[in-house]
Amino acid sequence: MIFLWAFIIGGAICLFGQICFDVFKLDPAHTMVLLVVAGAVADGLGLYEPLIEFAGAGASVPITSFGNALVHGALTELNKDGWIGIITGIFKVTSAGISAAIIFSFLASLMIKPKG
Amino acid sequence: MANNKKKKLTPVQQEYQELAKKREPGRAVFKNSVRAFISGGAICFIGQIIQEMFVHWAGFTEKKAGDPTVAVLIIISVILTSLGVYDKIAQWAGAGTAVPVTGFANSMASAALEHRSEGFVLGVGGQMFKVAGPVIVFGTVAAFVVGILHWIFNPAAVGG
Repeated sequence: MIFLWAFIIGGAICLFGQICFDVFKLDPAHTMVLLVVAGAVADGLGLYEPLIEFAGAGASVPITSFGNALVHGALTELNKDGWIGIITGIFKVTSAGISAAIIFSFLASLMIKPKG
Repeated sequence: MANNKKKKLTPVQQEYQELAKKREPGRAVFKNSVRAFISGGAICFIGQIIQEMFVHWAGFTEKKAGDPTVAVLIIISVILTSLGVYDKIAQWAGAGTAVPVTGFANSMASAALEHRSEGFVLGVGGQMFKVAGPVIVFGTVAAFVVGILHWIFNPAAVGG
């Protein structure tokens, strides 16, 4: 069942992105920024975790979950260490994604010769 | 902004712009949306499969499996980008491949590959975040603001 919801919710978020492209004529950068901020606000209101529980990867794979993860790290550390935790915690959860993207993009540029 | 631009134009130019707007080929909104839904859903579906694999074979909890899943998707995306496959899929899928985290990785990898000829420091290092940068900057600022708001309005939950 979770597979079906992952497909539907994930598809719906991408559909929203496509509508931003086509109907509101936003460029990809603005659309991504909008989605990330939306994810951050949703987690601030406590709405994103239930969505992940419900839709699994459908909610954790789209870029909205990046905003959610940033807030999550900040709030977890805030609860643990007080206000300084907001600064120290922001990248705690997203470390895996950002590190992987940087490292493998760099390795790819080492190994692959661009065409043309 | 659009109105400001209009004011500076002569009536004839305005007329022309309206005509041009009418003749502009409409974007295939419905077709693009269906494609985005299917491809985006499919990527999340694959993500769910990877996540289940982490849960069943590597002993991760349902919650902890999310991070390695994202990392695996990013690796797959970088490989597909290097092979030139991802951009071909993206042409068909539109936002369906841009919105998932794979699109984030694709933007970084393709920028890294594209600017490699400018050198590793200025090219790869400097341009890698050309597209992904705004996402990180605004995500971080938004998270900071949300954190501050929680700190102010929800002091009961804050220890330390």
